[in-house]
This record gives sequence, structure tokens and C-alpha cells, in this order.
Amino acid sequence: MVKRLIVVAYLFFLVAWPLFLVGQNTFEGGLDNLRGILADPDVVHALRLSLVVAVVAVVINTVFGVGVSLLLVRYEFPGKRLLSALLDVPLSVSPIVVGLALVLVYGGRTGWFGPTLENAGFQVIFAAPGIVLATVFVALPLVIREVVPVLEEVGDEQEQAARSLGANALQTFWRITLPAIRWGVIYGVVLSLARSLGEFGAVKVVSGNVLGETRTTTLVVEEKYLNFDKGGAYAAAFLLALVAVAAITVVSVLRPSSSEVKQ
Amino acid sequence: MTSATLAPDRPAAARRSARGGRLTRASGLGLGIAMLWFSLLVLIPLTAVVVTASEGGWSGFWDAVTNEQTAAAIRLTVGTAFGVTLVNVVMGTLIAWVLVRDRFFGKRLLEILIDIPFALPTIVAGLVLLSLYGPESPLGVDIHNTRIAVFLAFLFVTLPFVVRTVQPVLAELDPEVEEAAASLGASRFTTFRRIILPSLTPAIAAGAALSFARGVSEYGSLVLLSGNLPMRTEVTSVRILSSIENDNLDSAAAVAAVLLAISFAVIVVLDVIQRRVVRRG
Repeated sequence: MVKRLIVVAYLFFLVAWPLFLVGQNTFEGGLDNLRGILADPDVVHALRLSLVVAVVAVVINTVFGVGVSLLLVRYEFPGKRLLSALLDVPLSVSPIVVGLALVLVYGGRTGWFGPTLENAGFQVIFAAPGIVLATVFVALPLVIREVVPVLEEVGDEQEQAARSLGANALQTFWRITLPAIRWGVIYGVVLSLARSLGEFGAVKVVSGNVLGETRTTTLVVEEKYLNFDKGGAYAAAFLLALVAVAAITVVSVLRPSSSEVKQ
Repeated sequence: MTSATLAPDRPAAARRSARGGRLTRASGLGLGIAMLWFSLLVLIPLTAVVVTASEGGWSGFWDAVTNEQTAAAIRLTVGTAFGVTLVNVVMGTLIAWVLVRDRFFGKRLLEILIDIPFALPTIVAGLVLLSLYGPESPLGVDIHNTRIAVFLAFLFVTLPFVVRTVQPVLAELDPEVEEAAASLGASRFTTFRRIILPSLTPAIAAGAALSFARGVSEYGSLVLLSGNLPMRTEVTSVRILSSIENDNLDSAAAVAAVLLAISFAVIVVLDVIQRRVVRRG
């Protein structure tokens, strides 16, 4: 009982109350704060940019993630262990280092590939492709982490049966594998979407943070707060928090709890 | 539920099915494309950081890293991440314990609260903490622009790691062993220390490693909260960013290389722990 009280108090003061206050501060003057930012064309542009970047990043990471998960679980190849370990690297690299790494390679002036790409008319850093790259980088392992355990659990007997009955690889994937792993994929997509919408540090480095062009929603929160528009900052933060909480709630409600003691 | 949070080793790994097959032509092509993309996105850029850091030679690297302000930032970051990890080891294990062993109304809500720091954008996390512990705090506690703020921000963003690694292991433990120990006269504390804790140690260590790595690399939640005061509340990531903004990419890369080295060390530690667990299991 004491333990439960400590835990509840800890989570209340660390997460629940602060989170609640953001909502409260947002609606302090009724809907004014939200209306204010939604009437600002630059903020609307930022919201749209965040959404487009997140969707593109999630699509890329889902295709890559499902493919790599299949390779890791269903095939043997040299360097598999190393690849599996390296795939988790993005989770523990500082977002600022992610941004720096991308600038060093794709930066227009001094990057390894940047000048060549820019001469070909393709600007990466300080433009939308850079924001997409940074976002894909930070959310890279999320789909893989959800799909690999599911693939391991379902095994490959049904796939083998399908193949022995004459299905080709593509048919087997669409009809057997994908339906079997769909929940893993869905969780991965939801979590990646939340992570992608919320990336801040890496995007700050590579985007150039140009108002109305490459400024994303998270950058708007910072800019509004530093320019003493706290109402606007809270409103933008509220929208982002709403998406994050919704994503976590959806995954948590759908997924069977791992903490249930086995009967 | 959501091991959004990276439970590095779910029990599932132990019951891995038969070994996979050899690569076919199509899967080989897939592997090639995946590796190309992964290299362009992750491996080459991270290599560029290390190469750029080494371009100035050892002395250049050393000068950049031991610059007074940078060294203070690294000390603050590593020290705070270490302290926060210790708190997480205790609180994370306790939270996991309560979630697995207790049944009570509102448990689901606690589960959601634990994962929120994982999905919440870091800049929002900073703002969230500022609203309770900043200048307009309803509690009257104003810690912004202090080192406590750095500690609090790290504590917030690393909350899920130990909980989510310990929870599944704790759920798999067989209560009969504990009952046997208790029936033989072991006190609850002895049972915990001798029976439960040893089985949890790998999971706690894995969670601690993740929490340390996350703390060391934190940036976003500090921007509004810590004030980034040089020599006082400036963390390593902020230091790197100011080097980038001053167009001093070489020194940014040198400091970034230190952070990368820490990340890699953590990954190696995790891998060792996982292998040990799989061997035992």
C-alpha cells in the first residue's frame, strides 16, 4: 500500500500534474490561445509541414522496418548480429548529433555529398528533405522493435505451407505474413508517428528554422515561448501533447498488458 | 503494453523459432537496398562525425573536449545522467513491482503515464515541467535555470526505461519459488534480496544503461527549462549546438564524438547483458 502511494505520488508530480497544467494554461482565456495560433498562417504552415514530414517519414520507416524485420528473422546472413545492434543506434544518439552528422554529409557548402547534390539542384540541408532525413533517423528502430518479436512468435510454418501450395513470395507476404504481424506494424506506425511529429533537436539543426518555410510545430513552441507569447506556446504544445497522449493511449488500450501475471 | 520504450530483451527472444533460411535472390536484393539506405542515412553521417573529429589530430580533439566550458558541460551531463539513473533504478523497479503485483483501480492510467515521456515531444516536455516547476508554479517552487532543472528534465525523459525493461521479467517470475522461500522462514526482505533481485538484475542493468544513454543525449526538454547557462546548466548537446551555430563544425564534431562513444559503450553493455540472459534462459 505504501509502495503504491509512493508510485502514484511520484508519477503525479513528475508527469500527470505538469501535463494537466499545460492543458489548463492553454484554455486559460477560453479558446483564445488555440484560435490565435490557428489564425496565424505561419503556424498553420508549420503544422502542415510537421504532418507531411511525419507521414513521409512513417511511410519510409514502415517499408524499411517491415523489410528489415523479415530479413532479420527469416534469413541468415553474415553480419546479422552487428546489423541488429546498429539498428538501435538512433535511439541513443543525441538529436543534436544526428543533425550535425547529416549536416557534415549533406550540408550544401562543406558536406561530403552536399555540394554535388546541390549542383544537381537538390538541396537537402535547410530544406524539407533534410527535415525528413532527420525525422526518419530518430524514429528508425521503432517499427522494427515492434515487428521483430511478433515475427518470431508467429513462426514460419504457415508461410512454408502457403509456399508449398504454390503461392509466390509476394502472395505469401500479403496473404499470410502481413495479416499475422499487422498489430505489430500498427503499433510501430502509431509510435513512429508520435515520435516523428515531435522531433525537435535534429530538425532544429538541419531545418534552418525559417519562418513559414522550414519551421515545424516543435520549433514554433520554442519560438513562441522565447518571444513571450506563452499562450501561443502552450496552445501549440497542447496540440502536440494531444497527439502523443492519443498515440500512447491507443497502443496501450489495444495491446494486451505485459504486466498481467500469467494465470 | 507499450514497450515503445525499447524493452531490449523481451522473453520472446528466448523462444526464437528455427534458424532462418539462406538469402534468395529477391531477399538478397532487399538486403542490399536496406543496407544502402541505412548507410546513407545513419552509418555514413555518423562516420563523418568521427572523421571530422579526428581531422584536427589528437591535440585538436583534446583541446576541443577539454575547453573549460565544454568540460564543465560534459561533467554536468554525465554526472546528472548517472544520478538520474540511480533514481530510476530504485523508482523504476518499484513502479514495475506495483504494476505487476498489485491490482487496483487506475492501474491502466499509470501505465499510460509511464509511456507519455517517450511519445511527448521533448520541447513540450520542457514546457510541461516549466508549468509546474517554473516561475509561475502553483506550488511556489521555481527551479528553472538551476541544475535541479537539468536533473528533473532527465528524470522525466528517462522515466519509462527501467520500468519497461523490468516489468516483463517480473511478470514471468514464478511466485512458487517465493512462496517456498517464505514457507522456509525467509522474511519478505530476504526473499526479495535473495530470490527476486538476482533474476531482475539483468533487466535493471539494461534499463539503467538505456536511461543513462537517453539522459546523456538529452537536448529538447532543457531548452526552455535550464536556461543553458555556461558553466552552470549547459549540457553537452547544447554545447555542440552552439558550436554548430558558430560554424565551428570541427569542435562540434569532437564533442559529438564523445557522446557517440558513450552511446556505443551503452550498446555494447546492452548486448553483453542480453547474451548473458539468453544463455541463462
